[in-house]
Amino acid sequence: MSLDDFYRQNILDHYQNPRNWGTLEHPDVSAEDSNPLCGDRIRMDLKIKDGRVEDVKFSGTGCSISRAAASMLSDEIIGKTLDEVKALNRDDVLELLGIELGPVRLKCALLALKTLKVGVYGIQGWKEEDES
Amino acid sequence: MTPTAAPSRRLDVAAIRRDFPILERKIHGKPLAYLDNTATTQKPASVLKALDDFYRLHNANPHRGVYLLGEEATAAYEQARETVARFVNARSARDVVFTRGTTESVNLVASAWGRANVARGDVIVSTEMEHHSNLVPWQLLAEEKGANLRHIPVDGQGRLDLTNLDALLDGPVKIVSFTWVSNALGTLNPVAELTRRAHAAGALVFVDAAQAVPHMPVDFQATGADFLAFSGHKMLGPTGIGALVSKREHLEAMPPYQGGGEMIREVTLLRSTWADPPAKFEAGTTNFADAVGLAAAIDYLTPLGMDAVHAHGRELACQAIRLLQAIPGVTVHGPPVTEDRGGVVSFTVDDIHAHDVAGVLDREGIAVRAGHHCAMPLHARLGVPATARASFAVYNESSEIERLAAGILKVKAVFHR
Repeated sequence: MSLDDFYRQNILDHYQNPRNWGTLEHPDVSAEDSNPLCGDRIRMDLKIKDGRVEDVKFSGTGCSISRAAASMLSDEIIGKTLDEVKALNRDDVLELLGIELGPVRLKCALLALKTLKVGVYGIQGWKEEDES
Repeated sequence: MTPTAAPSRRLDVAAIRRDFPILERKIHGKPLAYLDNTATTQKPASVLKALDDFYRLHNANPHRGVYLLGEEATAAYEQARETVARFVNARSARDVVFTRGTTESVNLVASAWGRANVARGDVIVSTEMEHHSNLVPWQLLAEEKGANLRHIPVDGQGRLDLTNLDALLDGPVKIVSFTWVSNALGTLNPVAELTRRAHAAGALVFVDAAQAVPHMPVDFQATGADFLAFSGHKMLGPTGIGALVSKREHLEAMPPYQGGGEMIREVTLLRSTWADPPAKFEAGTTNFADAVGLAAAIDYLTPLGMDAVHAHGRELACQAIRLLQAIPGVTVHGPPVTEDRGGVVSFTVDDIHAHDVAGVLDREGIAVRAGHHCAMPLHARLGVPATARASFAVYNESSEIERLAAGILKVKAVFHR
């Protein structure tokens, strides 16, 4: 894979122009998580209406992969039901990014998903066996 | 040595490179430039062969079997201890305890010595630039004993600020534990001065020499320190083996670290007595094969001359600092180029995350570390979440530093287009 493939235009675009960037004033769900390996930190705020994600904002610090994944994921979940959000897994994130990653960089890519799940399970009760 | 001292000889890097099989690898189609030697070093063929020979020809559990193989394995293991003792000028091989590495050496002293000698209200002094392995074991000990922790601060250029050292050493200070060479910044700390002042305050001294022993001449007895620790895998040797070097009196007085075979003199069902050091601190079957590998690594380094090894690392670091500082947007952290230092250069590129710097460099075949380098408090002190770090060993060459600089231009091109 060439460098240009790895840092695909869409990853760089989401990194430099993150969608749904910021925080929500009165979020129904707010979760924050970090990657102790590199100090990356992501906060995700969700507005829930009738069991669906009405709005989402994210913020934090991170590398291009972790921020792009958060940005793409935030776009992806708007309008989804909480059950649909809970069903998202690592393959969905990798598909959004469109690249393959080794186990170290995978942690960057999955930080947003992990944060999102902590938040979503937080309002309906954590079910460990559902963690992916 | 002083910064201006000329090395007695230079390393023949081209010849050295031929001894390291992994350097033939291509990474994403490019030659490997391995610049993460602070994390772990590559291994020369002689070390690989020593391990292979040991397992093929001499393998048996040392200090057990009276058969020929057992005698050979015992001799090889104890010969490795002699080799380590000579390399760091320990008073005797009996003052060298084999451990899993620096981390276990710190834990051994914090646990065995600490439990017997630290009480409520006592003080343990460390520094803000320590690797987590020289912070957390002392935190555990302080927590258990109700002792207090103090830390020597770091100045803006990554040097220890000794202005208030007398105050930090005032009171019931039991031990001062600090790194000789910073794994994150390459800073060389004044070991002799710190040791002298800690001793004057009545404290013992533990030196984390994980980045010193692999890269410069180390004379344990000359430091005056009580304990010194290092890891084999950071000095061309195998993983899982390292050493704690100690003044004999401490090993004699300290209770054991772990219980098990080998560390006993006599065992009954209710109580036991201990073997003499170092066996007293080597419970269970030891990592004897890797000890033999570590000795082979020392046998590789010794003829190169550790003065020359240090000069080589410093030269590459200075070249890297000069080339990197010339690139707009690059900030090099740590002491200035004019000072003596280890072969470690940490830097940031504009506001580009260190992972992205390392990610692009990887595509160029260049391996650098990105993160907090197991020194989160230091990074908090410097006010940077993560840095990229290039660190050098005997097989690194000037052209790899040029590739690093070119790679950073590429990083900027990718992220600023």
